[in-house]
Amino acid sequence: MLADVLFAQMGPAVLLGTRINTLWYALPLIVAVSVVYSATRHEAMEAILAGAVRIGAWIGGFMLVVFAVLFGVSSLL
Amino acid sequence: MAKASPSAESSAAVHAPDQIEIDLKDPFLAAFLAWLIPGAGHWYQGRRHKAILFFVWILGTFVFGLYLGEGRVVYASWRDGDRRLPYLCQVGVGLPAMPALIQAARKTPLNFGVYENFMVPPEISGEVDSLDSVQKRLNRYWELGTVYTMIAGLLNILAIYDAWGGPALAAPASETKEEGEDDEGGDDGTGKSKGDGH
Repeated sequence: MLADVLFAQMGPAVLLGTRINTLWYALPLIVAVSVVYSATRHEAMEAILAGAVRIGAWIGGFMLVVFAVLFGVSSLL
Repeated sequence: MAKASPSAESSAAVHAPDQIEIDLKDPFLAAFLAWLIPGAGHWYQGRRHKAILFFVWILGTFVFGLYLGEGRVVYASWRDGDRRLPYLCQVGVGLPAMPALIQAARKTPLNFGVYENFMVPPEISGEVDSLDSVQKRLNRYWELGTVYTMIAGLLNILAIYDAWGGPALAAPASETKEEGEDDEGGDDGTGKSKGDGH
């Protein structure tokens, strides 16, 4: 009973809490994709690393925006 | 945007956007080596730092995916009811994905000493080693391992292109040399060509 009330009140937060471990698995993938993609655009190591940071920030930012939108929508349901 | 297009000669050169001239040697051999082992094509071309980078990140991603999936997420199967399409992406990583083809062709699977039934196609039905039971046991790690190994294969395709034609924004060295000769009167005399902006 209490659990149902809690879930009804804090549904998105509970969902976030239970899914956060899975989200961590995205981090190595973001780094790998950023570094390899950047390495196919540049030759010098400094340029590769700078590009990787930029691409990684874009991917991470995009995921955060999508996450925030979905989180907001699920809060309204 | 100028793209590198290696000639049919045995050796080709391109200018990277960061003003570095790259000798691609034999681009097709380099591309084949890059497919075989991530980074091997770049090592052959003398681009050692990129070879190490590709080897570590692509192979690391693939091995981590295999670890998550306990060696079961990479397998070759074209049977009715189990067409393993992710393998088409996974095979992009080359030699490390080849044991799956060996296991698929054998009636009694080889023991690679890493995991039990390493890269062996699961039974379509049954109790012990069926696709359902493996997926149920691995749960979300089945998906995670599959995604990791697929992305590793796809990333290696980018690396293969890099070994074949240089960085995506590179220009053929002959092209940039001609431009440099045209601009000879007006440039600073260094003879360096300007790469594409990005």
